[in-house]
Amino acid sequence: MKPVANEFVHNILFCGCGGQGVLTAAEICGRAAIKAGFHVKMSAVHGMAQRGGSVESHRRFGKAVASPMIPCGKVHWLVCMDETEGLRHFSQLDKKGIDFTPFLKMAGSLLSDKRTLNIFMLGVLSTMLSIKEKFWIEAIREVLPEKIALINEKVFGDGVKTVESLRS
Amino acid sequence: MHRFRLTDAIAGCAYGGKLLLSGNEAIALGAWEAGLAVATGYPGTPSTEILEFLCGAEGVKSQWSVNEKVAYEVAFGAAVGGARSLYASKHVGLNVAMDPLMTSVYAGVNGGMVVVVADDPGLHSSQNEQDTRWVAPYAKAPMIEPSSPSEAYAFVKEAFAISERFDTPVLFRITTRVAHSEESVKIKGRSVGPKIMPFKKDISKYVMIPDNSYRRHVGIEKRLLRMAAFANTTKLNRIEPGSDKLGFIVSSAAYQYVKESYPDASVLKLGFSWPFCDEKITGFAKSVRKLVVVEELDPLIEEHVRALGIKARSKHNSYRIGELKPEHISDIVSGKPKTEVRQKTNIPQLCSACPHGFVFTVMSQLDLTVTGDIGCYTLGALPPYKTMHTNLCMGAGITMHEGMRLAHDDNKTVGIIGDSTFVHSGITGLINTVYNKGRGLIIILDNSITAMTGGQGHPGSGIDICGKPTETLSLEAICRASGVKNVDVVRPQDQDRLRELILRGLSDAELSVIIARSPCVLFTKREKVL
Ligand code: SF4
Repeated sequence: MKPVANEFVHNILFCGCGGQGVLTAAEICGRAAIKAGFHVKMSAVHGMAQRGGSVESHRRFGKAVASPMIPCGKVHWLVCMDETEGLRHFSQLDKKGIDFTPFLKMAGSLLSDKRTLNIFMLGVLSTMLSIKEKFWIEAIREVLPEKIALINEKVFGDGVKTVESLRS
Repeated sequence: MHRFRLTDAIAGCAYGGKLLLSGNEAIALGAWEAGLAVATGYPGTPSTEILEFLCGAEGVKSQWSVNEKVAYEVAFGAAVGGARSLYASKHVGLNVAMDPLMTSVYAGVNGGMVVVVADDPGLHSSQNEQDTRWVAPYAKAPMIEPSSPSEAYAFVKEAFAISERFDTPVLFRITTRVAHSEESVKIKGRSVGPKIMPFKKDISKYVMIPDNSYRRHVGIEKRLLRMAAFANTTKLNRIEPGSDKLGFIVSSAAYQYVKESYPDASVLKLGFSWPFCDEKITGFAKSVRKLVVVEELDPLIEEHVRALGIKARSKHNSYRIGELKPEHISDIVSGKPKTEVRQKTNIPQLCSACPHGFVFTVMSQLDLTVTGDIGCYTLGALPPYKTMHTNLCMGAGITMHEGMRLAHDDNKTVGIIGDSTFVHSGITGLINTVYNKGRGLIIILDNSITAMTGGQGHPGSGIDICGKPTETLSLEAICRASGVKNVDVVRPQDQDRLRELILRGLSDAELSVIIARSPCVLFTKREKVL
């Protein structure tokens, strides 16, 4: 699914547990979307996230976006960093929406450092959106500290390649 | 999540004049561009980032205050002195500041004052779900409600102008979905820096004694009429014409959900939402065949529209509870009750090795009755500990302990409170217990930081809002000065010593305080990384 109709609003739900980098992934995604010229809105619930509670972030972009929250049943991409959390949000998925749980399993065997899971998922996501790779990389460099940006750029590439190998 | 400060934002993160801003950041940036000079607050989700974002901004003196009452009075003092000032807290925080707020509306301002209050419909991280919009009619203060970060950015500038024009503090009410949603916002930039107006001594205006207050009250009622007239003309209340079949009256985040669900309908969007714009409401009602009022929580707009004698559909009573969502709007239009039940989420837990955990372990082994308070340690009420039996508001861990002891003096009751909460409103309670010859045991869980809201400093941690060192308040000295004779400091990891002190304190004839001191593992770790 790669729709870029004028009025289409991209609805991405990032979810997981506190400490998994859910909000960081959403932040990078939002910045990349602004760079690509979209109107971006986002909604997240945080406040007590540091202690393993559920974290979710709604990211929406398009020509013009109204609600920062994705209406139930309209999620196009369910980017989950945790299986249980993914399951919890499954009912919010659009009929044609994509659940990222299978990628979660692939990441498990691919990643040497599970802290980079969020960026791997962004790599996967990027192959389904019309945002140029250079915007993603710029956004990663802005959001992540210099020390870890380089590793994460590589992990982002791994995510991209994972999808490409599935397609070929 | 605190991401960057205003100075960084201005310096380098803009894309073609656009910034990705949360509602809180948008308020801070808009206020700064409007010449803000003084900003105060106390941390509380979802309002915390407003002050954090402002810290270090050129020309702004910002501070974490000891509590919201103090914050309000400092900001009000600055406004009376002639500076544009901003106060920010969560909804229950404003309750603490209600005393100065009510009378500040009588005195009025000099420089503009904006009172930002963040409600938490859906109780994402709060002890209640109050609808703070009622404060506007109660205090007779004007209220502005943005529906998005871009509106928050623009409206806060208007708020300062309105405050000065009508000589009153202005309520700026947001909700979690405005505060913590983000949007790409077009930035205008600051044209002027803060301008401090001279203070003109005027005892009849600023000294609230009966005769003066009576005259000021007469003035308030006149001011309300002028503000109601303004409500009808201001662009903050706008009509978006659409189909005449269906029209909505709506404010705050609910506006975005209406636009999402009914992009073709007519809308009266209230931005200056109190006093009401009666003429606009009446005219709008006539222009549409079906009128629906959509608002989150209480029926404030609904009741007013009814009082005007206008027939309108409003939400089923079941929607007064919980957060409004975009998918609810069509059911509200057709008059259906809410079917959704509160979703179960992962229960948060104390970080592993959190110092509070050790105290809860000992208290649960001793099977104590615990009056609790607000902080990370409130999680002690949940499994695996289940060792906190009351939780009401900031400071009540100490005062409810005193009350419980008046009911059952059974050597089993202990009050607990965090360090930041103790400084916020525990000290007065402690003095009260001593003064009234209460006995028992208070444990101060001292991790030297305001942890729950993301690691802000407070007087006991000795760092200011920007992380710079300042005078450190000694909790043990304060307790002793309050008249408590048994004051002990212990590392909670030393369980034997802790147990011994607890047992002694419970049976002692006089009040005891144990300070269980060990730094929060999450935020000290972060500091080391930096
Ligand atoms: S943030 Fe600090 S105080 Fe809160 S649970 Fe974690 S270690 Fe404990």
